[in-house]
Amino acid sequence: MVPVFFGVTLVAFGFIRVLPGDPVEVLAGERGVSPERHAELLAQLGFDKPLWQQYFSYIGDIFQGDLGTSLITNRPVVEEFFELFPATAELGLCAILFALIIGIPAGIIAAIKRGTWIDQGIMSISLTGYSMPIFWWGLLLIMLFSNTLNLTPVSGRLSFLFDVPPVTGFMLIDTLLSDEKGSFLNALHHLVLPSIVLGTIPLAVIARQTRSAMLEVLSEDYVRTARAKGLSTYRVVAIHALRNAMITVVTVIGLQVSLLLAGAILTETIFGWPGIGKWIIFSVFSRDYFAVQGGLLLIATSIMIVNLIVDLLYGFINPRILHQKSKS
Amino acid sequence: MKKTLLAAGLGLGLALSGVAQAKTLVYCSEGSPEGFTPSLYSAGTTFDASSQTIFNRLVQFETGTTKVIPGLAESWTASDDGLEYTFNLRKGVKFHTTPYFTPTRDFNADDILFSYNRQWKEDHPYYAIGGEHLYFGWMGMDGLLSSIDKIDDYTVKFTLTKPESPFVSNLAMDFASILSAEYADNLTASGNQADIDFKPVGTGPFVFQSYQKDSMIRYKAHDDYWDGRSNIDKLVFAITTDASVRYQKLKAGECHVMPYPNPADVAEMQADPEINVLEQEGLNVGYLAFNTEKAPFNQKMVRQALSMAINKQAILDIVFEGAGSVAKNPIPPTMWSYNHAVRDYAYDPAGAKAMLDAAGVSGLKTNIWAMPVQRPYNPNARRMAELIQADWAAVGVDAEIVTFEWGEYLKRSNAGEHDTVLLGWTGDNGDPDNFMGVLLGCAAAKSGGNRARWCHEEFDSLLNQARQLTDQAERTTLYEQAQEIFKEEAPWVTIAHSVAFKPVRAEVTGFKVHPLGSHIFYDGVDLK
Repeated sequence: MVPVFFGVTLVAFGFIRVLPGDPVEVLAGERGVSPERHAELLAQLGFDKPLWQQYFSYIGDIFQGDLGTSLITNRPVVEEFFELFPATAELGLCAILFALIIGIPAGIIAAIKRGTWIDQGIMSISLTGYSMPIFWWGLLLIMLFSNTLNLTPVSGRLSFLFDVPPVTGFMLIDTLLSDEKGSFLNALHHLVLPSIVLGTIPLAVIARQTRSAMLEVLSEDYVRTARAKGLSTYRVVAIHALRNAMITVVTVIGLQVSLLLAGAILTETIFGWPGIGKWIIFSVFSRDYFAVQGGLLLIATSIMIVNLIVDLLYGFINPRILHQKSKS
Repeated sequence: MKKTLLAAGLGLGLALSGVAQAKTLVYCSEGSPEGFTPSLYSAGTTFDASSQTIFNRLVQFETGTTKVIPGLAESWTASDDGLEYTFNLRKGVKFHTTPYFTPTRDFNADDILFSYNRQWKEDHPYYAIGGEHLYFGWMGMDGLLSSIDKIDDYTVKFTLTKPESPFVSNLAMDFASILSAEYADNLTASGNQADIDFKPVGTGPFVFQSYQKDSMIRYKAHDDYWDGRSNIDKLVFAITTDASVRYQKLKAGECHVMPYPNPADVAEMQADPEINVLEQEGLNVGYLAFNTEKAPFNQKMVRQALSMAINKQAILDIVFEGAGSVAKNPIPPTMWSYNHAVRDYAYDPAGAKAMLDAAGVSGLKTNIWAMPVQRPYNPNARRMAELIQADWAAVGVDAEIVTFEWGEYLKRSNAGEHDTVLLGWTGDNGDPDNFMGVLLGCAAAKSGGNRARWCHEEFDSLLNQARQLTDQAERTTLYEQAQEIFKEEAPWVTIAHSVAFKPVRAEVTGFKVHPLGSHIFYDGVDLK
């Protein structure tokens, strides 16, 4: 963990600095700033010091829990991140939930019906889903469901009719805590399209991985034995095969979380979703050094935590892994 | 299910139409404000959310024009030498009462002193709070102001170091918004000085209620507003960064007004009976500047020839999709002192080639710098550069298109590394000096704002004379002469002035497109 952490700090620190331009230039825009004032402002921000000094000062601040202040909004980076993170987390969770609820059954059905038109149909749809450009897909769904059918809101997290104060930042929880009647359903309503859009690629990946994992497990001797003992297809698949197949699927879910963040950047832009994906892109464009290096570090930490959870889940799904670990 | 959704839709529709509800206007803004203190920022998005809603200034621009009208100052006088301006302040102006501040006094001269000194005096307790006061420096206020004195509670005198006719217009700009000195004192006493930029208190038509980053800003009408309560009870900024999504929201009735539509969507919007597309020529100019310090662009004849070689109408049709007008002067036609008599270089490739031959230029290899960003004055610089490249190829000029990341582009063009560069400008205060002085003056050639690096003594002298006069008619004469010199010298190819489109739903009445780009929801704006 420690080398990974320092690797991440180096990447986060270096990434924004290798990009051309600096925050003062971007802020000045067409109006420009004189070279003297430019140098003065950079010095005020500490960007005139050698890179190694800037890096060590960044590391020193991290250990004091200080990720700096945004150069654009003048607010602490940590505060901005945690204001926006719940929106991304909520959307990500709903998207993964959507992908799991549809993807796993679709993968199982495809495996059971291997070689049939059902299998081919599911795999073709999942390939299409995997190849779908998120931006185009989002706009298409908005045009169909929001404008033509009037079934879903176009964008945002909650209608302006409801004034729900942020408590946890998770809109579904905050609306339940508030006195605003109907706000929970409204928040759920707003989650439908973005979750579908963000969940489409993970859905496709999960469906394909579930299928191949199931096919592998279904050809194992113990499954054949179970069938020979006369167990029903349901028991063979759901009780014996699926649990072993899930190890591969859980690994894939873990990997999808980092990809979800990439997808979140686009999804958040299309659906006006106030999350960290959009924030980090804006920070990169405005060369907000502190927001980018702090934000990337926090994102990487979140991914590490998710991967840790996935590792722990392995043991839960397959106790042999825990036994192996304890023996070694 | 469908019934529930229809009921929900109907509820939303009722809210939007304002029937039996507080009138709520939803504006699909294009981004989040950087903060709520106008002097610290330069983005129009921030000004819309702060200076145009929460704050007032001593003087203001009349909505829909660049005419300066009284704001928090009822009247003002200038001394004969143009060095002293005395403002008589409005009495009985109330600051907003919010959950975090209850004013105990009306607006007075102390608030003026606080708001300006915060930006000017480095020893002011709030000077360093929040960052750099960008516009104050850009407008040269630090060098221009000699003193600001409180004569009494309702009279303030500004003394300048030199006569500067655009001074009063400068005070109408967003950066000059007036904050509450009493609120600042309270924050200092409680040790929460930074709150001044995030929990704003002003005298404007709307009171700030809440802001959720990248999501929504809420305001309510200021009941005691000095210029009459707004017709709109509640104002919501629904932050929607993507133009296509803003359009979908407008169509679905989720917002009433949207800025910056995609040019490709405008025709469809105009055909929609539920949407009115308002339009106004923007106060901007897009141009190609020749680096006049480099050969052969130091020759007037070469610059004229290359100007003649460009088919500007084709650029307007293709790049602006017709949403603009061909530019012939460095200032837009809606600005006073625009010289209608100036004759532009007609598109004449044969003539251009002959002039290049006469200037002894053949086989010229050069570059065209194309901006990497989209701006109202240039929606697609790459495409524009390609069209110019083709036009110049037809007269034997081989131009390479160059582009950089935006910050790098500005830095390098500021340093004069280009041969020719595409750029533009959007006006700040409706004064011709804000275009010609900032972009073509000799001082700007040294500081870099003048990308043509063109310093013409006679032109510069006319600008300096005009800056010292207060009579608009006299200034107009000088600026008209300056525009003739500009055209003859051709340091730029003036390309286009864009048209700003503002789609608003049919139920919105009284909304005006502001030439300076601001979005104003007061001053007659209502919902049917």
